[in-house]
Amino acid sequence: MEFSIYRFNPDTDREPRMQAFTLDDAMVEPGMMLLDALILLKEQDDSLGFRRSCQHGVCGSDGMNINGSNGLACITPLSKLKTPIVLRPFPGMPVIRDLIVDMDNFYRQYREAEPWLVNDTPEPEVENLQSPADRERLDGLYECILCGCCSASCPSYWWNPERFLGPAALLQAARFIEDSRDQDTERRLERLDDAYRLYRCHSIMNCTQVCPKGLNPAKAIGDIRRTMIKRSL
Amino acid sequence: MNITVRKFDALIIGAGGAGLRAALQLSNADARVAVVSKVFPTRSHTVAAQGGVNAALANVLPDSWHWHMFDTIKGSDYLGDQDAIEYMCRAAPKVVYELEHFGVPFSRLDNGTIYQRAFGGQSQNFGQDQAARTCAAADRTGHAILHSLYQQNLRARTHFFDEYFAVDLIKDDQGYVLGVVAFEILTGKPIVIEAKTTLIATGGAGQIFRTNTNALSNTGDGMAMALRAGVPLEDMEFVQFHPTGIAGRGMLITEGARGEGGFLINGEGERFMERYAPKVKDLASRDVVSRAIAVEIREGRGCGRNKDHALLDLRHLGADTIMKKLPGIREMTLTFLGLDPIEQPIPVFPTCHYSMGGIPTNRDGQVVVPVKDTPEDPVPGLYAAGEAACVSVHGANRLGGNSLLDILVFGRAAANHILEYLGENPHHRALPQDSVDRALERLARWDREGEGEAVEPLRRELRKVMEDHCGVFRTAEVMREGVAKLQTLRERIDQAVIRDHTQTFNTARVEALELENLWDCAIATMHSALGREESRGAHSRVDFTERDDERWLKHSLYSLQDDALDYKPVRTQPLTVESFPPKKRVY
Repeated sequence: MEFSIYRFNPDTDREPRMQAFTLDDAMVEPGMMLLDALILLKEQDDSLGFRRSCQHGVCGSDGMNINGSNGLACITPLSKLKTPIVLRPFPGMPVIRDLIVDMDNFYRQYREAEPWLVNDTPEPEVENLQSPADRERLDGLYECILCGCCSASCPSYWWNPERFLGPAALLQAARFIEDSRDQDTERRLERLDDAYRLYRCHSIMNCTQVCPKGLNPAKAIGDIRRTMIKRSL
Repeated sequence: MNITVRKFDALIIGAGGAGLRAALQLSNADARVAVVSKVFPTRSHTVAAQGGVNAALANVLPDSWHWHMFDTIKGSDYLGDQDAIEYMCRAAPKVVYELEHFGVPFSRLDNGTIYQRAFGGQSQNFGQDQAARTCAAADRTGHAILHSLYQQNLRARTHFFDEYFAVDLIKDDQGYVLGVVAFEILTGKPIVIEAKTTLIATGGAGQIFRTNTNALSNTGDGMAMALRAGVPLEDMEFVQFHPTGIAGRGMLITEGARGEGGFLINGEGERFMERYAPKVKDLASRDVVSRAIAVEIREGRGCGRNKDHALLDLRHLGADTIMKKLPGIREMTLTFLGLDPIEQPIPVFPTCHYSMGGIPTNRDGQVVVPVKDTPEDPVPGLYAAGEAACVSVHGANRLGGNSLLDILVFGRAAANHILEYLGENPHHRALPQDSVDRALERLARWDREGEGEAVEPLRRELRKVMEDHCGVFRTAEVMREGVAKLQTLRERIDQAVIRDHTQTFNTARVEALELENLWDCAIATMHSALGREESRGAHSRVDFTERDDERWLKHSLYSLQDDALDYKPVRTQPLTVESFPPKKRVY
């Protein structure tokens, strides 16, 4: 099985290059994921850099660009990929080394969304109550694993990473706006009501297409907009 | 060498649930706290916990902390320390309510309270009817908890060192632990993080076994650091094999799947757990269910062409329950097996899941070691919590839903004790240069160039040795061979080299250091298992099939420096209630 992998090490390279790797077909087992292959390729060349941890799509470490589309290596079956498999770091994010990108700005935008519950009423001795229907409104929002696949596939985020929060952070914003226990809705909406932070989203939908968890940031962004309009009326 | 030094009141190594719960407590109390993690915090393995966290909230069925305590002690096969268990079970409702206030999106019951499901080993009224004690956010409870804790730490402005690798503890000649030598993975630059207290919250060492449910990063770094700092590890022979890892792959299928009503079948289509645990069947303790599957397969009643696994059947639960309560496991079986549990049963096999053992602590999270006649003398400035620690609330076998509880209760308790300690020890002590130098030497050792074996094949071999020689069923002869193989491996690891000697984000170096940590944990496990001549909880000896309370109702302590085992008594005296004396375990 053939691979073509983006290589760049700032310590030794001036320019990035694509390096060909071959994985012996005998080593390719049925059901094997791309991450399994990468680990075997790293045995051939231990300088090949990529992040990984949980191996089943919940920690969000191994996001990368796979044959032109962002995804998680650990839940991408080799059998579904055309060869040579072309692997690049996320587009639009600064490359640290090989497939490893600098996600500082991505995390900064996440923090900008103030992703924590705000509730200033005196704490009850037991749980806050929430109806199953209210809780269901968080489904599709809270499951984000911060892998970055969405924001790194969003042209608006590529062009304005400093000012546009990007789909991942906006999904978080929606998660707290929708939470019946949160009391900061008004201020959250005000903070987002900005030509860049929210409104740079042009509904290109790449985010939704690539999300490895099947979430729909585009819809969440649309819902925030609708809530804003309703409030302004 | 000119090396950066940063100073904090409290240092936390590891950003999973235990580390982040402690960090939050400390930040909220205005302590200067630093969290060092080799991965971005939300990538920590707490994120993978599925089923839930136990607390006697009684939202679904009657419950009490005292029943929870009884179940935990019975589950531990009476090796758990009863004072710590009482403390944990009493604290459970409070820490779960706190989590809810932090924003954790728990699933809900119709009356708006937190959803609770049945899990293995839970009972009402000291062993009577099944209880429903596990608080859940669908089957993504760990994710929900870890993300909420991280978010609260952002709000509290905790200081994070993301993607820094902790190499070794700094310890002075009076035994005080004063921080850690680490390096920034991004630049390769070493750093000294000085702190008045250090909390190890680095999680387990599941990667010592070939097939496991754990993240690749679960390499027992903190346990190994403690060993090298002269702290023995406690009860390392007790490794939990989860009954329902995906066969051949290891990914976890939550016990919640059986809690919701799923059951196991063998190759003859029989619900075999009825024979092993007539009363609670598929919801017996994990050690019992794992052994039952292993026995079924060994006696030729496995499923599939090679009769090498059991099947977990959820079909009768219906699409609605599966989609609402177990969406994550459905997603996983679809991804990894191309199988929909609504239509087909899932092939499962017992898979290494959890280290019951770890760094010995008291219930305040202080690391305790034997000194002369005292079995539990605190190491000043050193704390541990979560899977890295052994407090010991899990004893010989952990109940499902008690690990998330453990990290929350003891992460919090450790932080509270740290605050006390900081009050009494307001000043930094002098930094012992020799201790820093030793850690830097360990780091520099991997700069060696030239010929030598590579890291990855050695890691694979180590994991295979553990699986073959220290698996579900153990004998002295096989384990003795295992010890010898590990010793040979150690010599080879000492000669191994990495090819990549660049500085920027060098993952080869990280993996090399992890391999050394894995070996330290592996040898502790193998020796402790060989030492314990009885069967108890997760430790099954073919040559000593019975539990032997007369000789073995005690904790093992393995010391790396002396390469020797020591033992200390189990704390059978609870805090306020009567002790639960050992009884035969029947489920």
